[in-house]
Amino acid sequence: MKSESKSNRILVVLSVVSVIVIWQLVAEFIVANPFTLPSFLDVVSAFFNLLTSEQGTLPQDLIISLLHFGIGMGLAILVGIPVGVAMGWFRRVDVAVNPIIEILRPIPPLAWIPFAIIWFGLTHLAAGFIIFIGAVFPILINTYTGFRNIPKIFVEAGKVLGCNSDLSLIRHVAFPSAIPSIVAGVRISMGIGWMCLVGAEIFGAGSGRLGLGKNLWTYYNLHQMPNVVVYMLILGFIGLAFDILFRHFADKMMLRWTEGAVA
Amino acid sequence: MGRLSIQNVGRVFPKDDDTSTVALQEINLEIRDQEFVCFLGPSGCGKTTLLRIIAGLETITTGQVLLNDEEISGPDPSRGMVFQEYSLFPWRTVIDNITFGLEMKGVDKKERLAIADEYLEMVGLSQFRTSFPHELSGGMRQRVAIARALANNPEVLLMDEPFGALDAQTRNTMQKELLGIWAKTKKTVLFVTHSVDEAVYLADRIIIFTPRPGRVCQTYEVTFKRPRDRTSNEFATLRRDILMLMQGCSVTQ
Repeated sequence: MKSESKSNRILVVLSVVSVIVIWQLVAEFIVANPFTLPSFLDVVSAFFNLLTSEQGTLPQDLIISLLHFGIGMGLAILVGIPVGVAMGWFRRVDVAVNPIIEILRPIPPLAWIPFAIIWFGLTHLAAGFIIFIGAVFPILINTYTGFRNIPKIFVEAGKVLGCNSDLSLIRHVAFPSAIPSIVAGVRISMGIGWMCLVGAEIFGAGSGRLGLGKNLWTYYNLHQMPNVVVYMLILGFIGLAFDILFRHFADKMMLRWTEGAVA
Repeated sequence: MGRLSIQNVGRVFPKDDDTSTVALQEINLEIRDQEFVCFLGPSGCGKTTLLRIIAGLETITTGQVLLNDEEISGPDPSRGMVFQEYSLFPWRTVIDNITFGLEMKGVDKKERLAIADEYLEMVGLSQFRTSFPHELSGGMRQRVAIARALANNPEVLLMDEPFGALDAQTRNTMQKELLGIWAKTKKTVLFVTHSVDEAVYLADRIIIFTPRPGRVCQTYEVTFKRPRDRTSNEFATLRRDILMLMQGCSVTQ
């Protein structure tokens, strides 16, 4: 067992290293044009340059992008979960709200950018709004599905034990039962939200000068392609870090009772 | 105290094509306090429907059910229920499952844990206090379900084929334990089963239902003293008598 996991780890390192080497060789000797394909070493030196030079705004960009993401995800959770709960539990709410959701949901989040800017101006809230649009539907739909799939037996068991009002059934039976589905929805929406972030910032929603997506685009306009790759990789790593952190948190919360079936 | 009076109860299930299925018809039964009654009948005879009506989970088409002279109108903790399927809340530990009903009643934490521990011990699972349901075997889950129902101190304990999903060996053990718990807690028990053997082993009185529409066909007082020995002649005779009655009941329909 142990030697197997060790050899797996070696394989992972080997695979990453060989991709980097191939990248470096192809960029250096075959493409030989740092504008079309910056080499690995170009990117590494650009990274340190961005961290040390006066003009580099990487940390500030990161903070601003996290702010946009936080606004969007926070709103999506605040809206998505309650609406999903109401639709999943009350049949009439479902019938009334479902058509509206079905009309709004297929609109790509980035198509909202013009109105985000008109309504909220070039503010953090405008960028947050785009992320919200991307993130709210997976949360809403998964909450709804989680509620529709609550085994009837749990609700009946709750009722005969004296848990009778809608509110207490939702709170003590339905919501805990739907948590794995809700958590899966939040996880999906974090991925989508992170994608929307870049689009929203590139198109100018946000504060204007800062943001990972924003300055990725700035460096493209300045034709500083190694910097663009640095921003791409940072976006990727942060997305990955979110997912790992979230999974860790979700597993800790639920794994004890779900036999590891989630996430 | 748990005295039940089932008066002229009927239940009709309407179907989409404007016809309807009569599940229960003219059920009249008096259940004494502390009595152990088994509802016996083939699948689909409405015995589970009757139990669910008494629990308040199913509505009634005609008649009424009185518990200690008060009409039953919906589910409430005066009738505890143990289901055939596993109904423990998977997100709660064993002890937290048992305290659920007391939590709903607003009993304070210290007291509800004390009560829950008492019933946990009664079903012999104290060492699984903080386990989650998925870590328990089928028989253990049903023991916890019984403890959960009893912790609410109901007047009547309703059991819907609670041992139906268990293997024969576990089933026999559970029946024996159930009689022990019944002797200790002095609850009125209504127990639905399609197993003649189970009914003969457990009941003070066996109510035999006809197939659809469900009606009470025969009532049989079991005078055989407990503990009952399954291998005895008396048990075999009783089982044969009940089987004959059941056969008669499905023919006259």
